[in-house]
Amino acid sequence: MSVRQEISSNVRNMKQMEYFILCRRTNQIKEELRQGVRKSYREVIDVSWGDPHRAGVKPLSFVRQVLAACLYPQLMDGDKLMVDVKERAQRLLRTCAGGSVGSYSDIAGIPQIVQSVSEYIVRRDGGAPCHPKNIYITPGSQWALTNILKVLVNSEASPRTGVLIPVPCHSTTIISLTALGAVAVPYYLREERSWALEVEELQRALDSAKGVCNPVALYIINPGNPAGYVQSRKCMQEVIRFAAEKKLFLLADEVYQDCVYGKESEFVSYKRVLAEIGAPLSDTVELASFHTASKGLMGECGLRAGYVELVNLDPAVMKYIHKLFSTNTCPVLGQIALDVMVNPPQPGDPSYPLYLKETQHIRASLAENVRRVEEVINSIPSFSCQSLEGGAFAFPRVFLQPKAIERAKEAGLQPDTFYCMRLLEEAGVLFSPGTEYGQKEGTYHIRFCIMTPTDTMEEILKRLSTFHKQFMKEFS
Amino acid sequence: MSATRVQFISPRTLRLLSPGRSALFLPGCGGPHRGGGVPGFRSLTSPPLSSSSSPGRALSSLSTTRRALPKTKMSDNGTMSRGKVLTIDNMNPTVKKVEYAVRGPIVQRAVELEKELSEGMKKPFAEVIRANIGDAQAMGQQPITFFRQVLALCSYPDLLSDSTFPEDAKSRACRILNSCGGNSMGAYSASQGIGSVRQDVARFIERRDGGVPCNPDNIYLTTGASDGIVTMLKLLVCGEGATRTGVMISIPQYPLYSAALADLSAVQINYYLNEEKCWSLDISELQRALDEARLHCNPRALCIINPGNPTGQVQSRECIEDVIRFAAKERLFLMADEIMFTPNIRHCVPYSQVYQDNVYAEGCQFHSFKKVLFEMGPEYSETVELASFHSTSKCYMGECGFRGGYMEIINMDDDVKDQLTKLFSVRLCSPVPGQALMDLVERTTTLSALAEKAKLTEQVLNTVEGIRCNPVQGAMYSFPCITIPERAIQEAKKLGQQPDMFYCMKMLEETGICLVPGSGFGQREGTYHFRMTILPPKDKLKILLNNVKEFHQRFTQQYS
Repeated sequence: MSVRQEISSNVRNMKQMEYFILCRRTNQIKEELRQGVRKSYREVIDVSWGDPHRAGVKPLSFVRQVLAACLYPQLMDGDKLMVDVKERAQRLLRTCAGGSVGSYSDIAGIPQIVQSVSEYIVRRDGGAPCHPKNIYITPGSQWALTNILKVLVNSEASPRTGVLIPVPCHSTTIISLTALGAVAVPYYLREERSWALEVEELQRALDSAKGVCNPVALYIINPGNPAGYVQSRKCMQEVIRFAAEKKLFLLADEVYQDCVYGKESEFVSYKRVLAEIGAPLSDTVELASFHTASKGLMGECGLRAGYVELVNLDPAVMKYIHKLFSTNTCPVLGQIALDVMVNPPQPGDPSYPLYLKETQHIRASLAENVRRVEEVINSIPSFSCQSLEGGAFAFPRVFLQPKAIERAKEAGLQPDTFYCMRLLEEAGVLFSPGTEYGQKEGTYHIRFCIMTPTDTMEEILKRLSTFHKQFMKEFS
Repeated sequence: MSATRVQFISPRTLRLLSPGRSALFLPGCGGPHRGGGVPGFRSLTSPPLSSSSSPGRALSSLSTTRRALPKTKMSDNGTMSRGKVLTIDNMNPTVKKVEYAVRGPIVQRAVELEKELSEGMKKPFAEVIRANIGDAQAMGQQPITFFRQVLALCSYPDLLSDSTFPEDAKSRACRILNSCGGNSMGAYSASQGIGSVRQDVARFIERRDGGVPCNPDNIYLTTGASDGIVTMLKLLVCGEGATRTGVMISIPQYPLYSAALADLSAVQINYYLNEEKCWSLDISELQRALDEARLHCNPRALCIINPGNPTGQVQSRECIEDVIRFAAKERLFLMADEIMFTPNIRHCVPYSQVYQDNVYAEGCQFHSFKKVLFEMGPEYSETVELASFHSTSKCYMGECGFRGGYMEIINMDDDVKDQLTKLFSVRLCSPVPGQALMDLVERTTTLSALAEKAKLTEQVLNTVEGIRCNPVQGAMYSFPCITIPERAIQEAKKLGQQPDMFYCMKMLEETGICLVPGSGFGQREGTYHFRMTILPPKDKLKILLNNVKEFHQRFTQQYS
């Protein structure tokens, strides 16, 4: 069947994540537990993804009530739902063709929801203008990112197209780049300085690409994933100037913009900083900014809804982006979640008290988790965790002993994958290894989602501490 | 699998470039280093890359391209202009070839017209009728209560204590939620899809195919059917020049295929359906297309759309067997697009009744490729590779907005399957509510009304001189052939439009009816068509058909 095994080298080159090995084992362990196999834990805690609901965070009632009412409008006849829920659902259903969430929406999304998103962006960015025509609602922000990359990456060019990416970097983006045949040009974030982005490092990365590829874009993740940094305005200004000078298209992955908790941190969008810099840069630097309903307080990953705002693009290119984006539209339920995200209940609305209570609870839990993670992790010998400012993850560094590294090699695993595997086996906690995201050679990290209920986080930290002690003893 | 070409710049290169800071630039930046060694990096030591005229960042269009939409500008006082990084000349050329007719210029104009109407502008019609797309619920079809109850319960599980919801809906919702992470539809699922849903889909397929076994591991839950089709094509396409992968698609075809093939720079191999014989598929035509293509590419896959879209035919069992033998003989991967299939076999009965006096009547029974494949014995059932596609959007379910779908793969090499799973992982997972809907796929309903509408459409359109309409055997579209007067063709050419685009645009402006021109699907040269959905409620459909009829007569008169 050799004919059938011929696969495009771009596809073949896509990295098979070691994380999948961990996933497979997780499923086996879950099955073993179901069959009554005795372990030191009763259930596996999976915090390997930025998936708050999986980690135990409850969905926001208002979002789910509006969805239920849109799905099954008969619910609006009774008194089960608040008036503002019904009003919202009725308003949204009127925007759907045939008054049903089961019909297709326009290519860029339901126009009224696109409008709401653009108004939200204007509010967020202190009045910087945002035109609805520049917004595309898509089945997840990752889909939007992949497709903007597709436009940028010239599949026929030689040398190949390069994209500057941070290290560490969200792994899906790396895989997407490989699939498109692009060259990922790494720039390293400075761990010791809370994962700071330094312009000299960008310059070094750009220089390293000379003769290898043709870099056209700079990919930024802010707030960070996997590392939990939030960039300062000053840093962003430097990045924008760099992009302008070097003629790079800016890709700003800002999906964690609602997850900022560092005492001195504030989320500012690249769009806003660009607008504040003023002309000529504000009229010229090309920017795509991504956001989603999957993250933040809402955490509706499963609905697959995100959007991209495109700034300063050539109108001729926009035409092709429109065509490309017309081949896939965003599920309507996800669009509804986005509408609620950009227009949550306001003081005075009947649903507001519950909404406030739920969101405050999530925020408070997160703040408490951040405090506890920093405290506990930094108290464990051979662990170090930079201060957490934003995003949904902790990405502490773990110092592994030579014997453990040796053993990992024997097992054919990266040392941090090996560590995660043992943690899974012995403590029933699933993290993902730093090797998936890129890291300085000889350093090892683990990533885990910190958007969990507080008692879950306590349990995770307890299991981790106990496991780590044994692990260190075993390989000392 | 041979040595991989790691896409990261080699850390070794980096160290060479800036020795002073070597501590920073070490592996682990994502490149797999299983096996210790550094697999063939593309680095400075790679063979020199040709072409000095780097098309990459050529600033070919400076200020002239900056006739930017005023809206995209953030402020107006920009004096200096900077050439765009991304221009029409340096963007990915394959994207430029992407065309998607069902959502093309006609639809854009329809959106504008709707807006103008809502702003009170006077038009010769009161509303725009979107007959271009098979969107059942936009056309007024009511969603099936049970589906919506289950989904509402899954969205807001507090409703599980509501006594007005039936028990079966509740238990189904619980089953689905129990297999979601954190018992929430808001959690990511595995990228292949929720396990219990895949099991239910597999059981549904077994029932559909009279007991032919189906392994849930071979089911992938997808974002609509397009996600599956595009991913499968991505997996198949490789090679350069004369070895570039060719994919056979029917003409007329659904434009998703041509768009995806253009995007992948694959070679599109057209085989024509026979309009005179109710859009049937002839093996001799497949052979002709394949033989011609072999001269300049490497044909690897054959796509079949059954029931047809836009053409609405249903393939006979005999024809499917022939196609399978052909694929086996020519070593082609079969892609069976069965999106238009309606799970309830009973609804086919009225279709047959409608056409009982018709020579095509016996062709109306739907047979899945998989079932036929397995009934042809191990020689075929154990070798022919097949992917079949389905979605929640079409037919009786009509839930387009959920973007649910599935793909089943048969006889795929295990290594290749790993690659497929990897490709799907990039989009994380398909929308979970759409997956939940797939779980409900086996619930049936009768759609005899659709058969009636099919008959009505055929009857009315065939009374118009210059329109010829084949019987609609399945699916939800008719694709009539229209005669366009020579003068209209000349007029269209002057405007740089396809004649049927010109025709449909005029129809939209004059009647508010939005159709898709046949040129978007492909058609034999010199023939013209449009695609129209037959989904509107019967009384509305009658008016619609009448308006089409009157328009056509007017148009013909005007240009003759």
